[in-house]
Amino acid sequence: MFGFSPSPAIGTSHPKKVVVVTFGGGARDEETLMPDGQENIPHLLNDLMPRATFFSQVINKGILGHYVANASIATGVYETFNNFAAVPPNSPTVFEYFRKDLKRPPSDTWVVAPSNGFNLIGESKSRSYGPAFGAGVILPKRLLAAALHASGQASMEHLLHDNYETPMYTPELAGNEIELHRMAEVLKLSVDNFTAHARNLQSPDELSVYIARQLMRQVSPSILWITLHDIDIAHSGTFSLYVDAIQRSDRLCLEIWNAIQNDPEYAGKTTLVILPDFGRDSDTDPGGNGFQHHRTGDPLSRTTWMMVLGPGIRENVVVERPIEPTDLVPTLGSILGFSPNQSQGKPLAEVV
Amino acid sequence: MLPSELQAAQFSGYPPQARQLAIDHLDLLRRLPLAFLPLLLRELIAYDWKFPAERRELDSQFLYLAGLRQSTAPFAQLRLSNELERANWVNEPAQFSEQLTAHLWATHQIDQFRTAAVDYVHKLNAANPPPPLPAPRLGLVLIGQGVGENRYRLFRKLRPHGTYFNRLNPADGRKVLLEAVTARAAAYPAPFAHWYLEGGVGESPDCAGLSCLSYRGLDSARAQIVSDMTKVMESGIGPEALRTKLARMTPQDLGIRDGVLNRFQLSVLTEGSGTQIYSTTFVQWAARELLRRAQPMTLLARFAPRLKEQSIKDLLAQERQKPQLDPDGSLRDGDMGAYYTWLNQQRLPGAEQARFLAWFEDHGEAVVIGPGIKSGAASSEAIGLKELVSRVVA
Repeated sequence: MFGFSPSPAIGTSHPKKVVVVTFGGGARDEETLMPDGQENIPHLLNDLMPRATFFSQVINKGILGHYVANASIATGVYETFNNFAAVPPNSPTVFEYFRKDLKRPPSDTWVVAPSNGFNLIGESKSRSYGPAFGAGVILPKRLLAAALHASGQASMEHLLHDNYETPMYTPELAGNEIELHRMAEVLKLSVDNFTAHARNLQSPDELSVYIARQLMRQVSPSILWITLHDIDIAHSGTFSLYVDAIQRSDRLCLEIWNAIQNDPEYAGKTTLVILPDFGRDSDTDPGGNGFQHHRTGDPLSRTTWMMVLGPGIRENVVVERPIEPTDLVPTLGSILGFSPNQSQGKPLAEVV
Repeated sequence: MLPSELQAAQFSGYPPQARQLAIDHLDLLRRLPLAFLPLLLRELIAYDWKFPAERRELDSQFLYLAGLRQSTAPFAQLRLSNELERANWVNEPAQFSEQLTAHLWATHQIDQFRTAAVDYVHKLNAANPPPPLPAPRLGLVLIGQGVGENRYRLFRKLRPHGTYFNRLNPADGRKVLLEAVTARAAAYPAPFAHWYLEGGVGESPDCAGLSCLSYRGLDSARAQIVSDMTKVMESGIGPEALRTKLARMTPQDLGIRDGVLNRFQLSVLTEGSGTQIYSTTFVQWAARELLRRAQPMTLLARFAPRLKEQSIKDLLAQERQKPQLDPDGSLRDGDMGAYYTWLNQQRLPGAEQARFLAWFEDHGEAVVIGPGIKSGAASSEAIGLKELVSRVVA
């Protein structure tokens, strides 16, 4: 989980920072931007949208599985590996480009993500990049499971959903002592404090944002990538839980934005990007079952949106031309000053 | 192996009627492309346990394919791998289908496949008009059992298609609806044509004259499947292998008799995600599959409270809590489920004559849809459910 020892970035801080929030459980426009869905995202619409350049058509032309889609967003290349396989991306990630080009330390790029496969999203197989330039990855659910194990509450572990594609998936626990030890070292957070805080939380995404805020306070990475995953409860077929998760993600996005504005290391120099990794199947496609899955590849399941906020970003602007999620990495390259030479996308002129 | 190499003996593992059908159409099967044939075999291998409507469609499909050789040409243009050619697609067509799907996504051919499939189905349906129905289809959906006060705007997706009533007299509502269904079953008797789908866990449905499916009735099967799923996933083999294992389950594995209804029940629990755990998902998915496969004339589906999703806080509470129900969340699940049930009913032949009623159980709200019923209208008329049903089926 933690592939290296931390080295403080303070004192060598990059002048700009980026926080990327993906919804790693696709959300449909119907439950977000369309008239009936707007009640689910009051903070995105009323608090963040007026400060953002908003891309209304982000079309994902790749594989609609959450790990592979997030890896594609992080590399700027449509990755084609098996979504459920424990493999790193084939192409260099945004973290590797940033760290290699700008000679940034390991502690300057972090990923906070759900468990399914995401532990390998921080660094690619690329020979020119790879482990020496990867990001640290924290999987809060795995961390909590390990903490419970350490405190003798192993009986609870199986209840922490790892993967909503099948409701029963249970993560393997291994090496948790090292993980917990490093958590304490990096985040300055004891196991007891971590589990005590977890006791007051509703969902895994709240845990992820808590960890992200600890990272911001203790390590202040220049690139912080947070993948929210509660929305993927939709795979269980329960519409109300899916919508509840959208509402929670909406609230957490505002919380992240406020955390950025209130942290001197981030305020005034941070670009926040928010995007679902893709949508979900439409109600009208007979091959699917509406919001439950993302298997048909129909236009609704491929089309989503992206919001960009921060210094230098035009406010209250809507961009209606279609873009692709692979455009994000080149855009971040233009903002932070690195060259993602293997990316398939193009920098978004509206925000660079 | 390629389809052109097929031999009759390779179907020896098929059930009797499916095997005979395959042998009868061997020449045709040999001519079909590999991206198409295993998908047809996936249906054929289950022929002995299919509903009458499905058998009729499969029989028609063989006739259609025999007459139109070019109908599957777009599938032949897809690029497949050697690995797919080597797969045991004759005896494991469902597994092949999963591998094919993964291959099509990875090679960016999923859209091409999707276009070919949609076009094929449209042409097939146009060439084989279904026999006329003895009466229009009727869908009845009950939602919100156990909910008191509600602030959620119900039937928001159905209202544009019909008339919303808000002063309905709910007295004896469930009984009235059941009587309507059993009366239709008596008037138009046919196997698997009239269904009652019960999502509640505390009541036994009255199934006289109907085909019945209940969440409670599958308690032991669900428990065994969940137990098996847990064991498989704890072994660390991953979601895909789990899906394959579930696809191979038979009624015998669950200690129940083989047969059309039990095979269907098994498929709801092994193919539907969440059906094993949440009763609302069970009802929605079962209704979808019933409509798609059995194409019933009448369906009464009742959503009931599902288990409450536990928060991290709940999970980490010192004392394990007894599982709780979530009536309010289930009402919203049922509201969407009612909409999806109507959509699925409208995909069937005779949609223009079909009728539909969704009712907030024990409350005064309902929406009705059908010929002669105003779309996007609201009514404050005080009316009993019995009269409303009679207007819908009139």
